[in-house]
Amino acid sequence: MKNITVRYFAMFREHAGLSEETLRLDVATARDVFEQTRSRHGSDEPEGHCKVAINDALADWSSPVQDGDTILLFPPVAGG
Amino acid sequence: MIEITDYPIDPESLRESLADDGAGGFCTFEGWVRNRNEGRAVRRLEYEAYAPVAIAEGARVIGEAMQRFPFLGARCVHRIGTLEIGELAVWVGVTAPHRDEAFKACRYIIDEIKVRLPIWKKEHYVDGDSGWVNCERCAAHAGE
Repeated sequence: MKNITVRYFAMFREHAGLSEETLRLDVATARDVFEQTRSRHGSDEPEGHCKVAINDALADWSSPVQDGDTILLFPPVAGG
Repeated sequence: MIEITDYPIDPESLRESLADDGAGGFCTFEGWVRNRNEGRAVRRLEYEAYAPVAIAEGARVIGEAMQRFPFLGARCVHRIGTLEIGELAVWVGVTAPHRDEAFKACRYIIDEIKVRLPIWKKEHYVDGDSGWVNCERCAAHAGE
């Protein structure tokens, strides 16, 4: 089990009803964190449309997560 | 090189900041808030960004543009917060010795910024509804 801080942005924040939470999770990768928080908050956005960052660095869904990491979940972007 | 601001963007001061005696061409792109999207009348937009990652990724985009289309100077500013119709949401400016690099680098920078930076846009419609852009599932949730 790892202590993971998860930060939610834009529509993810609205779905979760909070911008950040620290969870104790049995996870190996960023994908695992996304899937567990998705079921927790009832979101079904496919990961292919979304992005993830670990400790402020953009990462792949298969990137490993460590105890104490902060995972940033970015819903589909729309700048400009 | 790239900034995220919650103040109105001032194109004139940005233009002056790129002045360069070696530049023969200066190309800009301005993204404006439009009153319609996908058939719906829009009242205003709300932009949100995660600046630490947006600025780092924006710097990577500008670096890539420099490698592909060598230019002299480039700046990009993206506004966040609530924007009314007609306001300036994003500004990109590029100087180069000749116009071709300026046009191409400017185009590359805005195209990549739109799809790679953690910036989100929520449309508030004239009918009172609202929705996050590029987020179809989200729209389905909003209707629930």
